Amino acid sequence: MGNKQTIFTAEQLDAYQDCTYFTRKEILRLFDRYRDLAPQLVPLDYTGQPDVKLPYELIGSMPELKDNPFRQRIAEVFSEDGEGNMTLDDFLDMFSVLSEMAPRDLKAYYAFKIYDFNNDDFICQSDLVKTLNKLTRNELTEDEVRMVCEKVIDEADLDNDGRLSLEDFQHMIVRAPDFLSTFHIRI
Amino acid sequence: RGMRRCSPKYKVVGKVQGHLTHLLCHSPEPSEEDDIDEEVDEEEEVRPESLSSEELEKLKEAVDERKKLIQALRGKPWPIKKKCVILRESQEFVEKYEGALGKGKGRKLYAYKVLMSKKWMKFQRDFENFKTACIPWEMKIKEIESHFGSSVASYFIFLRWMYGINMILFCLTFGLVMVPEALMGRPYGTIPRKTVPRAEATSAMDFAVLWDFGGYAQYSVLFYGYYNNQRAVGWLKFRMPLSYFLVGVGTVAYSYMVVIRTMARNANESGVGDDNSFNFNWRMFTSWDYLIGNPETADNKFASITTSFKEAILEEQESQKDDNIHLTRFLRVLANFLVLCCLAGSGYLIYFVVRRSQKFSQRDSNIEKEIHVNMVMSLLGMFCPMLFDVISALENYHPRVALQWQLGRIFALFLGNLYTFIIALMDEINLKREEENIIKFNITVWEASLFNGTVSVNSTAPPVTIEPADVPRGPCWETMVGQEFVRLIISDTMTTYITLLIGDFLRAVLVRFLNYCWCWDLEAGFPSYSEFDVSGNVLGLIFNQGMIWMGAFYAPCLPALNVLRLHVSMYLQCWAVMCCNVPQERVFKASGSNNFYMAMLLVILFLSTLPAIYTIVTIPPSFDCGPFSGKQRMFDVIQETLESDFPAWFGKVFSYASNPGLVLPFMLLMVLAIYYLQSTSKSYKEANMELKKKLQTVVQNMFPPLVQQSCFNVYF
Repeated sequence: MGNKQTIFTAEQLDAYQDCTYFTRKEILRLFDRYRDLAPQLVPLDYTGQPDVKLPYELIGSMPELKDNPFRQRIAEVFSEDGEGNMTLDDFLDMFSVLSEMAPRDLKAYYAFKIYDFNNDDFICQSDLVKTLNKLTRNELTEDEVRMVCEKVIDEADLDNDGRLSLEDFQHMIVRAPDFLSTFHIRI
Repeated sequence: RGMRRCSPKYKVVGKVQGHLTHLLCHSPEPSEEDDIDEEVDEEEEVRPESLSSEELEKLKEAVDERKKLIQALRGKPWPIKKKCVILRESQEFVEKYEGALGKGKGRKLYAYKVLMSKKWMKFQRDFENFKTACIPWEMKIKEIESHFGSSVASYFIFLRWMYGINMILFCLTFGLVMVPEALMGRPYGTIPRKTVPRAEATSAMDFAVLWDFGGYAQYSVLFYGYYNNQRAVGWLKFRMPLSYFLVGVGTVAYSYMVVIRTMARNANESGVGDDNSFNFNWRMFTSWDYLIGNPETADNKFASITTSFKEAILEEQESQKDDNIHLTRFLRVLANFLVLCCLAGSGYLIYFVVRRSQKFSQRDSNIEKEIHVNMVMSLLGMFCPMLFDVISALENYHPRVALQWQLGRIFALFLGNLYTFIIALMDEINLKREEENIIKFNITVWEASLFNGTVSVNSTAPPVTIEPADVPRGPCWETMVGQEFVRLIISDTMTTYITLLIGDFLRAVLVRFLNYCWCWDLEAGFPSYSEFDVSGNVLGLIFNQGMIWMGAFYAPCLPALNVLRLHVSMYLQCWAVMCCNVPQERVFKASGSNNFYMAMLLVILFLSTLPAIYTIVTIPPSFDCGPFSGKQRMFDVIQETLESDFPAWFGKVFSYASNPGLVLPFMLLMVLAIYYLQSTSKSYKEANMELKKKLQTVVQNMFPPLVQQSCFNVYF
């Protein structure tokens, strides 16, 4: 494998390989995707670790994310500032967690944060209502929405506080047969 | 506080361990960590040689912990920046204390071990990089995923996995069987089995004959009959018959290993099987497919999610539904009866066609006979599933259950067809063996006539030289079997491709262009574009693989043919899916885990190796073709190798080991082991259930926020 790239130092690439589920080639390819979003903002030399953030609008317009109803939440969860503006590190992190090789527990942790719209470390009734409306594009009636959210909390809430904590969520999601195959973005 | 009372040496180790736990439980700012790092450096530089052995042990433990942390770093839910900092620190720590840990005599060995493990990790990383670069068709599959979702793409991923397996089988048969015989065996035309007989020589090059795998194609490395039974060939003394036998066994063994390993991996991932206690949760949190990257598919997905929620709500509200249960039961019994009639009918039809073609085998040519049998099998394979679909409308099952029934019935249909085919083949083999006996008798008569009665039978006259093409041949049933399988695969492939072109492509073209001048909207109503039938295609793939496994022993060219076929299928079906299909409206997977199709593959693997094993063990090989000619049974080659190639004591050991007095107790032991493992697994499952229930009650009784937070910390 040629070492001709000058974007990262060898140590940086090795560190990225240890911290994500990507190989060297994939990391360079991801960098190209990141740079393609805004070639004038992203420098070609990352050896000095420049502080470059791409605004959420650019991230949300990527073909892999633009049809996803949760793209805003995904960008917010993985971005450093919590607003959806991502550095290259956040970008790599996001796709590493959403890749095929990430284990179930790691994905469950981040899925919980994505569906927790108000960032209070619990999935409460309002979070569920927002999730459901995003999933069905507001096609269900209010009664139906209320019924579904009550059933969801009924099924998974172990400690009976009326909302889902991380344990409740993890306990439920690790048994889901489709979780690994749907919570996956290929890039 | 307790640390201050210890010696300074302990302080370093203890501080390091404390630093570690500090890092793991909190998320300090990068600047904070620099301070702590400097603190450790500023401590007196304690030389590891001056530490006592327990302190050394503690330091070693700390180093090992750090190493484990580096390995597990990927799976931690921290942002990359924090991970990079921790990585750098841990690596520095390990480097600083590790190299110097080995002291005295063990030092050089320890340093050497450390160097080797570093090189090994680097090699592993490069190998991983290389492996992922080798995976083909990644972008194609991604495009399909974004347009059609993960269930259609799962078929293509399965196809790719099959391609990998077939590639390995191809390498085995090509490299160890076909190439040695071609390069080091006797060339074409030198011995009777390798030459086209005089009678067929004029038509041996005709395209029609070659397409039917007769003529020059039959007398080549592609089929069993070409191989010579010489024990060792070439300057390498390559044991050809032994290699042929072992490669045959090896392909089956490798396939078993790969399928079972994949099943075990899938079983680990999916955890407990189908469970209905989190119905609404799973619909809410796992129904959106993150792979979708196409607005039309997204629209479809939104619609299907909405429908699925409405259905779930309806089911929940009407959970008591016992009206008309008797009518439903009656209809289901009727449906199953109709299906059984269909299966019996199709089995009889195949049997009838095969017998008819055997009766008239002198009149019709070989090609017409094959066309009859294969055409009937392919047509049945096309129309019966549609019939089952219509019948299943009577049954009124939940779509997922209906899909499982449908798959089960199609499986039974294909299995019935395949076994009828094999029974017909067995009849052919018996016919050929009778023919062989007649020919053996004729050859002795023919040999006597060569000498024209001038020399008596026992004298040592120089042998008359005859052209190999003129020697009378035995019928060679093994090549016949190989040829049958190759023809079946080819006709099956052709049928699939033609169905694809007509059923999908032509239909799409008609719908698209006739729509301008038709009374009703062809695209929205009947017939509209076709959907990609995932389960039908997966079953077709599985059965094709079964046929390969069955025939590979008698036609070494089959894996090569299959690799070519899968390669072409991949491109053709990818194109057809993107060009002529629309995304499915309702997506129901056959089962929760991927093991449904793997289990089917395992069953097919078992069922398809049975006939081959039966023929190897019971039928004596032909007397004049193939690598086992002249032996009583094909597996005698093992006995021969043990006697001649291995030292005497090895043969003795082997004969003791294969003594029934030893084998039977061994088998009994294995049965007992299986029983024991089964009962322990059952008890683990029960313990699991108990713990689950206990977890619920315990968590309910504790103060929620505090303890849960610390539970989370401990967990991670």
